[in-house]
Amino acid sequence: MDFSIVSAMMVLGGLGLLFGVGLAIASKIFAVAKDPRVERVEAVLPGINCGACGAPGCSGFAEGVVNGEYPVNGCPVGGADVAREVARIMGTEAEDTVPLVAVICCRGDIDNATDRAVYQGIEDCHAAALIGEGAKGCVYGCLGLGTCVRACPFNAMTMGDKGLPVVHEALCTGCGACVRACPRHIMQLIPRNQGVYLGCVSRDFGKAVKSVCKAGCIGCSLCANPKTTPNEMITMDGKLPVIHYKRVKNSLKDLENAVAKCPTRSFAIRRIDVPAPEEHEEAADVITDRRGS
Amino acid sequence: MFKTNSFRGGTHPPEDKSRTEHLPIENVPIPEKILIPLQQHIGAPAEPVVEKGAGVKTGQVIAKSNGFISIPAHATCSGTVTAVDLFTHPLGNRMLAIEIENDGKDEWEQKQSRALSIRSLKKDEMLKRIQEAGIAGMGGAAFPTHVKLSPPEDKPVDIILLNGAECEPCLTADHRLMLEQPDLIIQGMRIMMKILGVKTGIIGIERNKPDAIDTITERVRKVKSIRVLPLKVKYPQGAEKQLIKAATGREVPCGGLPMDVGCLVHNVGTALAVAEAVSVKKPLIERIVTVTGNGIAKPKNCRVRIGTSFRHIIEFCGGYTANASKLISGGPMMGIAQVTDAVPVIKGTSGILVLDRKQAFLRKENPCIGCARCVDVCPMNLVPNRIAAFVEYQKIDKARRLGLIDCIECGSCSYICPAKRNLVHYIKLGKAVWNKTQKKAQ
Repeated sequence: MDFSIVSAMMVLGGLGLLFGVGLAIASKIFAVAKDPRVERVEAVLPGINCGACGAPGCSGFAEGVVNGEYPVNGCPVGGADVAREVARIMGTEAEDTVPLVAVICCRGDIDNATDRAVYQGIEDCHAAALIGEGAKGCVYGCLGLGTCVRACPFNAMTMGDKGLPVVHEALCTGCGACVRACPRHIMQLIPRNQGVYLGCVSRDFGKAVKSVCKAGCIGCSLCANPKTTPNEMITMDGKLPVIHYKRVKNSLKDLENAVAKCPTRSFAIRRIDVPAPEEHEEAADVITDRRGS
Repeated sequence: MFKTNSFRGGTHPPEDKSRTEHLPIENVPIPEKILIPLQQHIGAPAEPVVEKGAGVKTGQVIAKSNGFISIPAHATCSGTVTAVDLFTHPLGNRMLAIEIENDGKDEWEQKQSRALSIRSLKKDEMLKRIQEAGIAGMGGAAFPTHVKLSPPEDKPVDIILLNGAECEPCLTADHRLMLEQPDLIIQGMRIMMKILGVKTGIIGIERNKPDAIDTITERVRKVKSIRVLPLKVKYPQGAEKQLIKAATGREVPCGGLPMDVGCLVHNVGTALAVAEAVSVKKPLIERIVTVTGNGIAKPKNCRVRIGTSFRHIIEFCGGYTANASKLISGGPMMGIAQVTDAVPVIKGTSGILVLDRKQAFLRKENPCIGCARCVDVCPMNLVPNRIAAFVEYQKIDKARRLGLIDCIECGSCSYICPAKRNLVHYIKLGKAVWNKTQKKAQ
């Protein structure tokens, strides 16, 4: 009786000892040198795993930065502060990044745009686009089913009461999740310090645009006229004007004056004094409020 | 006693065929403008060979086939090409199409030659004529017929099935065709049997068309190699794999083709087109379309030129009724809702259905209650509720493992679902996303 207990203890203890020694040896022989900087970089990242940088998550980005696959300022969500911290860990200087913000490049709300039919299927823009390119009159316009709203990891978007989504800029980090989610490429990222963007992506002829939407760009190219728009700030790409934000030199007023002539008012003007998320202390409260409602 | 020729699963939606069942096929006059999409079939789209302003004649090739799995497109009226541009396609997206203004003369490019005896023709010559006539499966999927008729050598075909089941509710186009032109259908079948050297031909017809069964049986009495097989009335009896299972007992493997089990299935309309193409070299420029539903003033079976707009055909059928609400290309189970009636009839359009407001009303979608009725009715033995849930939460690879791609989109699950889940819509969405990821991976 006694012997059986002792033998069991000896066998199990011996096995434990044997495996312990084996593991100890293995850990020395097969040791993988891990860069301690990976953990430190990961610690300063936002940790929300949004994928905006292109890596699957924050730890992937941290590894990528240490291996030189991503730039130190590659995290758009963290912005300048995180870039500076990561640069300090990596021993380099971070270039200044301009924080981005998501905008809705469609002004076809229920007042402006017409519908061809009533959509009855599942609440998803990709699904709606499968059926005759959606029920909206404009085949480029926002379908208004909120796929971008559901894709936003920061709860920075809601559906407005006029059939278009709304970006709450105080919460938007410019991660680009909505840009990837939109089947129509209506969500776009622009620099946070810019106040003007084109609220239309239609590449139809002017007459066709006019027939389905009051605010659609008809491609008249008035805004791209070099006499009123210096520095080639706006150029035409086919039927749509493109704003080159890097060429906006003197003041934002120039751009606002340039687009003031737009006959269809296709350009959207946004307030540029909305603080970025890290400076906005009430951000967390807003999130809880919205989840509660 | 009757042997039950059928398959597992399926549903019994109301047939609703009585509106047009007894109406003979009427010819719709050619409209002022014809719109011919370059993609009317599965495979590479055809390549336009005419430009804006060119004069064309009926039956002239206006777009040539682009590769083996592709078919040419023909002008279906004589006149002038007015545009080669993007137009709304009945299958969804906007696609390149050729618009022809009809000059009202309907001049043919070549006079219809005298019917040739099929005995004098070689197999290759017959296949060539089928390809040149631009024939694609007319049951709906529109797979190029000449490709189906040239199976690889390691897959011998020993049975040809002709699909006259027409299980889709409301539609009667195939039914009328079998009653009015049975000889041509049987000739087309014999041509296809000759091309493949097949000794057995089966024409499957659902039991709810006794007159069609009698007519065809009468015509094939003296032909030993062809027989008529009455099928149980059940949806989707006319789906390719389900028809094979019902008629031969063979089961097409997952992801496989009917030729893997030695079968080929063709629609009766395709057989008719094959007969006309091989014997008189007539290209596929017209088809039978059933125009029906509570939203149509005078439902009819129509013979229309390919490219005729839905609007023109509906006007021919007396226009819309006051409470017309939803326009569908095809039948109520598998048809595709349309956003405009300016879309043209293509080679796979078997019906135009207009629902009234009451029929078009859909109840709100509710969460799945796990009753498994969709599993009971799925003719492909899938688990639609799970697949749809995975698609909803963007787990496409998991949906793929449950057989997302094997779904034949028959609509039985959406029809039966007590929670009114749009199961087929989710599955179609999943397939679209899956195809996109596959394209990216390449």
